[in-house]
Amino acid sequence: MSGYSITEASPRQKWIAGLLVAGYTIVTLVPLFWIVATGFKSPSDAIAYPPKVIFTPTLEGYVNLFTTRTRMNPDQLEALGPPQTWYDGIVRQYDMVISGPSRFGERFLNSVIIGFGSTFLSIFLGTLAAYAFSRFKVPLKDDLLFFILSTRMMPPIAVAIPIFLMFRTLGLSDTHLGMILLYTAVNISLAVWLLKGFIDEIPREYEEAALIDGYSRFQAFYKVVLPQAATGIASTAIFCLIFSWNEYAFAVLLTSGTAQTAPPFIPTIIGIGKDWPAVAAGTTLFLIPVMVFTILLRKHLLRGITFGAVRK
Amino acid sequence: MTHSPIERVAFATPPAIASRARGLSDRALAWIFVTPTIALLLAINIFPLVWTIRLSLTNYRANRAGAELEWVGIRNYTRILTDGDIWLSMQATAHFLIWTIVLQVAIGFALAWLINRKFKGNDLWTTIIVLPMMLSPAVVGNFWTFLYQPQIGLFNYVVSFFTGIDPSSFSMIGDVSLAPWSIVIVDTWMWTPFVMLICLAGLRSIPDYIYEAAAIDRASPWRQFWTITVPMVLPFLMLAVLFRGIENFKMFDMVTLLTGGGPGSTTELTSINLKREAFEKWRTGYSSAYAIILFVTVFGLASIYVKALNKVKQR
Repeated sequence: MSGYSITEASPRQKWIAGLLVAGYTIVTLVPLFWIVATGFKSPSDAIAYPPKVIFTPTLEGYVNLFTTRTRMNPDQLEALGPPQTWYDGIVRQYDMVISGPSRFGERFLNSVIIGFGSTFLSIFLGTLAAYAFSRFKVPLKDDLLFFILSTRMMPPIAVAIPIFLMFRTLGLSDTHLGMILLYTAVNISLAVWLLKGFIDEIPREYEEAALIDGYSRFQAFYKVVLPQAATGIASTAIFCLIFSWNEYAFAVLLTSGTAQTAPPFIPTIIGIGKDWPAVAAGTTLFLIPVMVFTILLRKHLLRGITFGAVRK
Repeated sequence: MTHSPIERVAFATPPAIASRARGLSDRALAWIFVTPTIALLLAINIFPLVWTIRLSLTNYRANRAGAELEWVGIRNYTRILTDGDIWLSMQATAHFLIWTIVLQVAIGFALAWLINRKFKGNDLWTTIIVLPMMLSPAVVGNFWTFLYQPQIGLFNYVVSFFTGIDPSSFSMIGDVSLAPWSIVIVDTWMWTPFVMLICLAGLRSIPDYIYEAAAIDRASPWRQFWTITVPMVLPFLMLAVLFRGIENFKMFDMVTLLTGGGPGSTTELTSINLKREAFEKWRTGYSSAYAIILFVTVFGLASIYVKALNKVKQR
């Protein structure tokens, strides 16, 4: 046999391995496909038995997700005249009219505001701290780093009790600011640990050259280290964003109206008439950004999920 | 002792000129850079923790803020440790923890081992395979209730398709004996890729020449697997278990939305139990003590485990 190597698998082994992995992947993706597909089903197709794989797609789920509707009797409908828009038309099939937008848009927007706000803040503070831990002699450095990490071990519900009381006293309950600060505090441990790893990898010689050229330490940090760390900062930011986006425990305990994010809201959609397609539509819209980000992140994924403990 | 160029320059420059040229001293900059982070963590993590400890010694109830505070000493702690319900939820947590780790390690390692055969397109599959773990556990848990519906759910349909059992005859989240497994299945579905990724990094860290040397010594593939592959991946695997262990000990969101702790209290993990005590029964003092006990447990177990991990690493 030519080109035979001990460590290289034979073509046949590769085929079998490939098939098994592909098989596993397809099976695990079925639930995700099901979510997306259910979003485009009509309510009766969604609960059909046996489950329908082939169905006529409709946007009912999405329309129901974004609107509130009221039922009307045929006379009232008659008086309204023909439907004005395509989404009006969908709702009319069920003798209903659209009475206004639902809360989903607001909740989604809250998720965006709180997600980006806390990500910006954690990256800003995290980069500064990570740089200091990477380059300077900070007293009790290892203890401080471990302390930062250990804040992640607390069950969220355990932390939520005093934070609930604290926010109530300070008037931060159910505000965007309160949630941004809280998520920043949770994310910052990840940000510091990951960014320290990325900054450690930038050779010190670059800064030293800049310092010799007359830059101050801060200029060297700002003009030399930051651009070098850009990819690391970007992937850390995505991890922080995904965490804030996905968080549920704090959100459900500390927000109820103004600042409520999408995760505590989506499960409440089902309460309104077992409308699975609307739930699926909301779930799909909520999950898509994370899927896109995961694909963008693939190179740094391992590092992010292990707090920088494993690097490829 | 060797000095970097900048240090040599710094020594050669008179201090007054040096400090003017370099702006803020490194020490000042270090303080300015680290303080905000530490301050935020002190305000949002440590201060609440201290407050929790204080509350845990009282009979405070957050829904009756005006009521007079009574110091009860360690009575909350003794009550918790002798409470049968809490031991039940500890057992539910242990069942969840052990089975998710066993399944995720077994499947995750097998997948990593297969992907490491380096077949064509393995990068693409690895990217797609990890999708479930990045998704919101709450939203995913909520959606799995649909897949688990007895008559219309896809999960029950698939089970009945392969086994012939009537799909409406069992309910994964409604049956006392099945519910603990329903949460294990969803968690395994979500987090197996996590273990897989870490194992894959471990497998890829083993240099080829070790296997080549073993083959020259006529070690059988079976022997190579147990004497090279397993010991060299073990530190990675243990790290994965540590992460999954801590995460699942804290598990709240996915299970709350999937089973809500039910039926009865068969899936009432400690976090769910704690939430009930703290935010439904409003026994703030009592649940603060509960929170401290959980934190000490997870922290203690993790420290012991990390010591073991370091020993394995040093071998």
